[in-house]
This record gives sequence, structure tokens and C-alpha cells, in this order.
Amino acid sequence: MADIAACRLSAEELAANFADANPPLTAAQAAVEAQRCFFCHDAPCIKACPTGIDIPSFIGKIATGNLRGSALTILEANILGGSCARVCPTEELCEQACVRDAQEGQPLKIGLLQRHSTDWLMERATTPFARAPATGHRIAVVGAGPAGLACAHGLARYGHEVTIFEAKHRAGGLNEFGIAAYKLTDDFAQRELQFVLGIGGISIEYEQALGRDFTLDTLRRQFDAVFLGLGQAVAQGLGLRGEQAAGIRNAVDFIADIRQRPRAEVAVGRRVVVIGGGNTAIDAAVQARLLGAEEVTIVYRRGPEHMSATLEERRWAQTNDVLIRLWATPVRLSVAEGTVAGVEFARTRLDAAGRLIHSGEEFHVPADMVLKAIGQRGLLDPLGGALALNGDRIAVDSDQATSLPGVYAGGDCVPGTDLTVSAVEDGKRAAEAIHRRLSA
Amino acid sequence: MANLRCNLGGIVSPNPFWLASAPPTDKAYNVVRAFEAGWGGVVWKTLGEDPPVVNVSSRYGAISYKGQRMAGFSNIELISDRPLQVNLEEIARTKRDWPDRAMVVSLMVPCQEENWKAILPRVEDTGCDGIELNFGCPHGMSERQMGSAVGQVPDLVEMVTGWCKRYTRLPVIVKLTPNITDILVPAAAARRGGADAVSLINTIQSITGVDLDRMCPMPVVDGLGTHGGYCGPAVKPIALRMLGDIARDMPDLALSGIGGIATWRDAAEFIALGATNVQVCTAAMHYGFKIIEDLVDGLSNWMDEKGYASLDAMRRRAVPNYVHWNDLNLNFRTVASIDQQLCIGCGLCYIGCEDTSHQAIRVSRQTGGNRYEVIDQDCVGCNLCHLACPVEGCITMVPQRSTSPALTWAEHPANPLRRESQQ
Repeated sequence: MADIAACRLSAEELAANFADANPPLTAAQAAVEAQRCFFCHDAPCIKACPTGIDIPSFIGKIATGNLRGSALTILEANILGGSCARVCPTEELCEQACVRDAQEGQPLKIGLLQRHSTDWLMERATTPFARAPATGHRIAVVGAGPAGLACAHGLARYGHEVTIFEAKHRAGGLNEFGIAAYKLTDDFAQRELQFVLGIGGISIEYEQALGRDFTLDTLRRQFDAVFLGLGQAVAQGLGLRGEQAAGIRNAVDFIADIRQRPRAEVAVGRRVVVIGGGNTAIDAAVQARLLGAEEVTIVYRRGPEHMSATLEERRWAQTNDVLIRLWATPVRLSVAEGTVAGVEFARTRLDAAGRLIHSGEEFHVPADMVLKAIGQRGLLDPLGGALALNGDRIAVDSDQATSLPGVYAGGDCVPGTDLTVSAVEDGKRAAEAIHRRLSA
Repeated sequence: MANLRCNLGGIVSPNPFWLASAPPTDKAYNVVRAFEAGWGGVVWKTLGEDPPVVNVSSRYGAISYKGQRMAGFSNIELISDRPLQVNLEEIARTKRDWPDRAMVVSLMVPCQEENWKAILPRVEDTGCDGIELNFGCPHGMSERQMGSAVGQVPDLVEMVTGWCKRYTRLPVIVKLTPNITDILVPAAAARRGGADAVSLINTIQSITGVDLDRMCPMPVVDGLGTHGGYCGPAVKPIALRMLGDIARDMPDLALSGIGGIATWRDAAEFIALGATNVQVCTAAMHYGFKIIEDLVDGLSNWMDEKGYASLDAMRRRAVPNYVHWNDLNLNFRTVASIDQQLCIGCGLCYIGCEDTSHQAIRVSRQTGGNRYEVIDQDCVGCNLCHLACPVEGCITMVPQRSTSPALTWAEHPANPLRRESQQ
């Protein structure tokens, strides 16, 4: 019987563990931090932001006390500026580019400043934007994740009517289901959703899945344009015997559980092994620890430089006593009486040609719970081959237009970086292109 | 260790740092704390005649700039609001207990000979080292025809200074108001009156800001505001210029420098431009008397490094180089140079030059960031980029070797009134 249980910690401990990992700045802290900005010309931070937020301007406005203006500068470029402020890997984007980093090794806290302004506005306004007069055009958006919401908001501002079809029972996409709870506390994804919908002209049809409840053809017939923000719906498997054993889960499901259920109901193993090297692996491992797991080990098949989890994320995992083991890949699952008991790993290395090979040495890591975080892929079968693909993703041009006229796509279902902020940019750009198309 | 002793018009102090006549020197308690901390002297807060003045509540205002608190400071406080006898007794006691420190008493009484004649012996009896005439207070007292109302009328400055020289053997320092057009005029008046030294600058008439909620100038007193006297780091350039003017034109007049002195470096600048000693107030009000430690050993260490054994060795060193614009060399040329290794790519040099100056910096967009380069032939050497650059040492101004001899405006061919044409 595997040692998997809920309530390993008291309600107080759980509440403390899942509190905001990166608490907001106080007004005084924000003022001091904002003063550090040099107000660069042609600022490197702007170029490093996928949505091109005018960062020096919004920070300058914090310094002068113009918080409404600051928030609008952000939201004009990125309607999900609130969640991006919380979940962006800023250390690899704007903050890495900050000239203060070059000067003194200490960039501006751009993410926290962005949160300061957007929080200020969201506490005071349902929406700061006005809708243009209704155009009568109707657009279907598939998927209520960051890409779909950004696209819907952009279109609604122009006066178009948007219907979002969401396969799940709640909107928000990865912000609602796929991000560690301590990054988006206080139901932020839903509050931001309401803020986005505040513009009007956007309706959401829940539990409506492409291919099951409707087809792309129907959408194309019933709407003037279609935007696909399908995300990455299917978790990859290990391809090992025994993968169906009790105690083995997809990390994304575990993370979604923590977001969707009362924390005291989420079961976690005493010893947890997480397989993978991305931020999903980190989010799963750290949250397993915070739920009360005693030993949590991340095992990744390559070196630290290959991990898609950022240095900041890896430090966060290590701060939370997660052990990260590198250069090892799972080769066998130990299963006893239908329940996982551990994982056999083979040590790996790169051969002369740079290929990953087994070194021949193996080791065993006992586990009550194994979380798989080795990537996801899109569920493209429902498209029935109607759209040109690029690898296993939907091919798009610089306007996010697919191979079918009037059909656009963005977010994790198209090639590019899988970041919330990139998805927002895709949606924003698609909205502009759709509007141009409909206005032509 | 450099010798920091100084002698201002016969008033000797172990170091050149005095606390200016202001709230920090209002009573024995503060002054004793200052002497314990190491201050070389004080100018006791201005004494007037009884009954004492009445002060308002809400007395100071300030300018904070980009996180720097009290970059400029203002007050609407009047002279000492304590009975004259109380002040005199405390001055006598404090001087007796601290004989090596300079004890100067600031005075302000109405412009009548009898009033000055009456108060001076009482002040002398305290055993103090000198007096300073407050001809500078620009608010409240000036409305009663004292303070800057006297300082703005050279004849009155001369007359009152003369009375003081007649009725006391103490050295007389005349404190000048900057709220005039030409500082040389009241300085000359003080000298004619027999002043042993002048001190400057007193505060500048000012409104530090407007409270936009109450729509009222600051500091706000029950919904109303009045102009105050401005001081602190922001006024240092104004003080230096006025000090420099007197040092250049009246080399024999002893000077006590006042105005925004917060560090030993500020003090060194005032002394290099002619001050015998300096007086400090805002910095002490901001950080407490402990700042004297760095003022003294910072100045001393710097002097040792530069080889100045005493203050006399460095005093007035910058005065010969303070000239009129007409005496500057128009053939001199300096050009900005950007150290690409130090550049962090903020672009402030570029945008300032491009938008507001001479379009003498070019930008090339490269992978890894923009590269900014000076277009030497278009650079007029204005210093703007050098001043705006946030990285110390990244943009330097490089004087160019000139083949032409120095040429002033007076000699310049473009000057229709040039000397040649007059000859």
C-alpha cells in the first residue's frame, strides 16, 4: 500500500505554504523601486517583452503617482498584465535586459512593479476600456486561455461580438489550471477573467469541446472569423510498463487538482519523484513539498543548462528542499500489487556526436508517488487535417493566420515559446489582423 | 593630519565647521550636544528684544527629488522665541564649559542706534567670541523692517555694522541676504561699516510647493501658507556663485560660507572659492550632529591626499580661475567620448543629444543591444551626455589639442566691439 495521503499538514501550515510566493510591493517599496528606473531611450526591457509593454513609461508613472496611467500603459499592450506580472519568467525577459542589471547586477523589479500598477487599477475599475460601437461582426474563439482571452478582448474593444468555446468548466486556461497556486493566489485568474470580460461583448460557452460538441466547419459557417487558442491538451507518457499503476500521475493533473480542489483534499506521497526538467516539474515538485511530502526528487535526463525551468525556478525548488538529480532517465517502474514503489533510472551522458546515451549505470529511487512532467502536446485530431501544421503545431503567419482563410491561431498550439505573455501577444496580434480583415 | 584650525576675523575654532544660526543652535541643550559631537563652533540662534517673538506651528517645507528627501529645505520660523536673559545665561554657561569652541551670537533688533547700543554689552558679557548680524531672514522679521529688509538696503547695512563696531569690541560678522540683485553691493556696505567678515548666503525667498488637495502653498499653517527661506543642497550653486563674486572682487574681506553644505567635499569647494570657514544647518537637521565626524576627517584625509597642510594652503585656490564669461577661451574644444566597455545601453546620452542638443550621437542597432557613438565633428562639447550618463566614468569629456592660441570674446573676430577694431 503506497503512502499517499491528504492532510499531511494542518490547515494553518497549508495556508502558510500556499501564500503568495512573491508578495506585492508596498506603496513605499514601489516608490523606491520606481525611482531606480533610468527611463532608458529605446529601452532594452521593452524589446525583451513579448507584448512590448512600454516599461520605462509605466514605471515612470508609478514614480509620479500616476497609477491609473501606469496601469493603462501596461494593459494597452497586454490585457493580462496582471497575471503576466505574476507568472512571467521576468529574469529571462524584461529584467534580464534591464540596464541596471548590467550596471549593478540588480535589475528593476519590473514584474512586481507591473503587479503594483495593475492591482491598483483592478481594485478600482471593472474595466478601464470603452467598447467601440457594435459592428455586427461575430467571431468564435476556441479556448478561454490567455491567447483566447487576449484575442477576445481586443476584438470586443473594436465593437465585435465574441463567443468563446471552452472545453473545461472554468475559463483561464493554464492560469486557472496549470500554474502553481502560490503564483496566482486569491483566485486571481478568475478575478482577471472578470476584468477582461468587463469590456462587454464577450460570452463564454463552457464545456464545449472542439470535435466533440462542434467542428471547425460549423464555426466557419456561423462566424465571421475563428481564433484557435487550443493550448497543449495531452501530457506525454513515459512509455514504460506499469505506467497505469496507482501513484503515477501526470504532473499537470496534480497541479490542476491543487488549483481546483480544497488543498486539504489533495493527496500526496510521502516520497515523490518528479520526472522532467521544465517549470511544470518545478511547480509539481515544490507543491508536493508544500503539501507535506517528506522527500521530493526531480530527475532530469540532461544537465542544468538544458532544463527549460529557469535558474530562478530551480533555486526556488532547492529553497523548498527539493532535490534535483540530473543526467538520469527512467528505465523501469517498480510496481508492487498495482501500486508504484519506485523508479529505476539509468545515468545518461552525451556521446561524441552530442546524442544522449545511457552510461550503463542504474540507480533506484523509492517513491510512493511519481509525477510525469516530460511535456505536452496539442490535441489536433479534431481539426481533421484541415489546417497546415508546423511540426505538431498549427502553422501561422505573422498575423497568426492559419492556412484556412478567416481562421487564426495562437498560444501554445502554435510554434514558439510557451509563455503566458507570448500567448497574449498572439491573441492581441490575431485580434488586430481579424479586425483589419473584417474592416476591409 | 592636516591642520583644520581656522580664524575668521579674529574668531578661532578648532575646525572650520560651525552650526549656522538656526533651530539647531536655539538653546544650550542642542549646542552642548553639538560640541560633544565635535563641531568647531556655533552661531547661536538669533536673539531679539523681549518680549520674544511667537512662532507658528508647521514651520518647515522641503523638496524631495527622486527619492532624495530634503534636497531643498525651507522654513518660516522666526528668531529665538525664548526670553533674552535665558539665552544670554545659557550662552555664557556653554562658552565657559567649552572655551575652545567658537561661540558667535546672532542678533536682530530694530534699526535704532539705542536698541543696538543696549543689547551689545549684554551679549559681550556672556564671554562669546563674536556677533553675527542677521540681515538675511527673508520672512516674518522682514515684514517688521528687520532681517532681509535691512540686508536689502546697503546704507542700513553699513550704518548698523558701524554701530556694532562702535559699541562692542567683539568681531562683527554681517550675514548677507541672497534676495538681492548684486551681492557685491551689500558686501561692500558691510566692509565700509567695518565688518570683520561677511557670512553668506542666508535663505532664499521661496514656496516649496503647493498642496494640491488643500490648494495651499507649503508649509501649510491652518489652511494658509506664506513664503519661507530656502536652503539645503539645492541652493549650494547659488551660494557658491555669490561667495565667489565677493572673493574675486574683495579679496581682503573674510568670508564664512553658508548654503547647502552637507559633506566635506562641499566644504572644500567653499573654502577653495574663498571661504575661511563654513556654516552648516540643513544637513545637521536631516541627519543629526554626527555628520561632523565625516566632515572633519573627510576634509582632513582629502587635504592629506592633496598635500594641503592647512586650510590656508588650499583657501582661494579656485578664485583665480573664477572669471567672467568674456575671459573664457573660445578656441578651447572638448569632445565627448563613450567607453563602450562601460556602456550599459540606457540611451540617455543619445536621446538628450538627439532631441534637445546637437544630434552628435549615432545609434546602431545591434544584436545584444544598441551601440551609441559620438560623431566627433558634430559634438560641441556641451557636457549634456556626460552629465546624463548614469555610469560613472563611461562618458568622459576629452579636451582637444588646439593649434590656435587662446581667444576670448573680447578678441574674437565675430565680436563687433572687439579690441582690435577699437584700436
